[in-house]
Amino acid sequence: MQTKRSIFTNRWLPYVLLAPQLIITLIFFIWPASQAVTSSFERQDPFGFRTTFVWFENYTRVLSDPSYANALWNTAVFAFGVVAVSMGFALLLAVCVDRAIRTARLYTTLLVWPYAVAPVVAGVLWWFLFNPTIGLLPYILEGFGYDWNHRVSGGQAMALIVIASAWKQISYNFLFFVAGLQSVPASLSEAASIDGAGPFKRFWTIIFPLLSPTTFFLMIININYVMFESFGTIDATTSGGPGQSTTTLVYKVYVDGVAGLNIGSSSAQSVLLMGIVIFLTFIQFRYVERRVNY
Amino acid sequence: MVENRPWLDALTHLVLVVGVLIVAFPVYVAFIASTHEPSAFVRGVMPLLPGDNMVETYSRMLGEGLELAGTPPVWLMLTNSFWMAMIIAVGKIIISLLSAFAIVYFRFPLRTLAFWTIFITLMLPVEVRIMPTFAVVADLGLLNSYAGLTLPLIASATATFLFRQFFMTVPEELMEAARVDGAGPMKFFKDILVPVSITNIAALFVIMFIYGWIQYLWPLLVTTQEQFYTIVMGIKRLMAQTDREPDWNLVMATVILAMLPPVLVVLSMQRLFVKGLVETEK
Repeated sequence: MQTKRSIFTNRWLPYVLLAPQLIITLIFFIWPASQAVTSSFERQDPFGFRTTFVWFENYTRVLSDPSYANALWNTAVFAFGVVAVSMGFALLLAVCVDRAIRTARLYTTLLVWPYAVAPVVAGVLWWFLFNPTIGLLPYILEGFGYDWNHRVSGGQAMALIVIASAWKQISYNFLFFVAGLQSVPASLSEAASIDGAGPFKRFWTIIFPLLSPTTFFLMIININYVMFESFGTIDATTSGGPGQSTTTLVYKVYVDGVAGLNIGSSSAQSVLLMGIVIFLTFIQFRYVERRVNY
Repeated sequence: MVENRPWLDALTHLVLVVGVLIVAFPVYVAFIASTHEPSAFVRGVMPLLPGDNMVETYSRMLGEGLELAGTPPVWLMLTNSFWMAMIIAVGKIIISLLSAFAIVYFRFPLRTLAFWTIFITLMLPVEVRIMPTFAVVADLGLLNSYAGLTLPLIASATATFLFRQFFMTVPEELMEAARVDGAGPMKFFKDILVPVSITNIAALFVIMFIYGWIQYLWPLLVTTQEQFYTIVMGIKRLMAQTDREPDWNLVMATVILAMLPPVLVVLSMQRLFVKGLVETEK
């Protein structure tokens, strides 16, 4: 790993400088994480007096539990929904802003602020709009003969959290798509238009393929967001229901650990989640390497 | 723009205007709801035009809170959120500046190990280590304190990497000149390195302030006393009144007040915000 060519020489100062960060990391990150790994191999009796080492029993139990498979499936559907809705909408808006040069700044200002809205607040906002008794959207949907009640219908509950989460994430995706579009050389578009390609054809054959690094990067970021930060959105709107139809992996860790006090199972799930984060981070860094070369 | 196509320009603006309206719509409805009396929500569908109860609703929430739901005045929760976000943002920046300085400007045993230890925090978001972290904080007696609210969120691999990357681009001559003039490492850090990093610090501050403000799960776990409630978690308490519909006007007023500060930060420092966002993800 690099340092500067010329460096300071001091025997103890670098350790002092690193101490605050490392102490916090060790106490609040590394130690709890290792605790999670340890207790994922143990079982506590109901009163918490005795713990026994049970090898992989917690893992086999979690992985063979249909409700875990259900949470995994929900997370996948949720992630797919948010990625599709949020990135699609953001890309459309980014392409438009890229065309509207003179007013780009104004539109950007009007589109970036949802980033600062807490996920739980985003959940409450959409929950209010979709409220089955007084909500505006169910009222409109009823006019089309569609009955909305996300307290009963699992599919509608999932749609609600997808919309609320996608809404909050639009600004982020939008900003990165705008940056991506600006880095596509204008000469390519010009050359294609001289060859007679219209704007739509130019977008699909030239610009969209050149955006693929940005698209891929955003996919990873959005999956990460759905997996972890969406906790507040779910807790505020559906609390994982109805009938576990919106219980995602993170929500299940919380329910089993904090509410159910099943430490062994919750820890095993935490460790599995860490595995997923490590995998995502690995992909992200591989990708960053590639983007530098690109 | 490559060629002149008036109809496409018109379509572009149409899409953007519709997009802006869709994005703003939920907040508009929430704001309208907060200006009405509770009776407006009893019959039929929610109102879409402002009511005349705005001053009353907001002053009640800011000043008294909702005793029934066990929430303190919004004013208190806003103050807590503000300090939590400030401590997290400033804390992250200070400890990351120091560790990046150590990693870039010194060569010492275990340097790589220290770097990787910090790197690992990237893979441990608070959501995956909820229970054991809670246990540690409880053992240290930090429940219901600002230290408990902020310390477990304050380590930052992202900020450390950002500063490391930036320090690598700072010209070598600056440091050599400082040394010729007899400045020690801390003097160089304070008088040269921090001043040249100020834009990066500001950009990162915007992002980290928002990060701190929108925290939900962690404050929900570590605070049981009303005096430490943050606004974002307080909303959940407001909604969770048993056996009755929430008081929509009061909930929505709280929602508006909860989003106002971070949204204003983003809007007033848009350039720094975009810079921070793009750079922290590299």
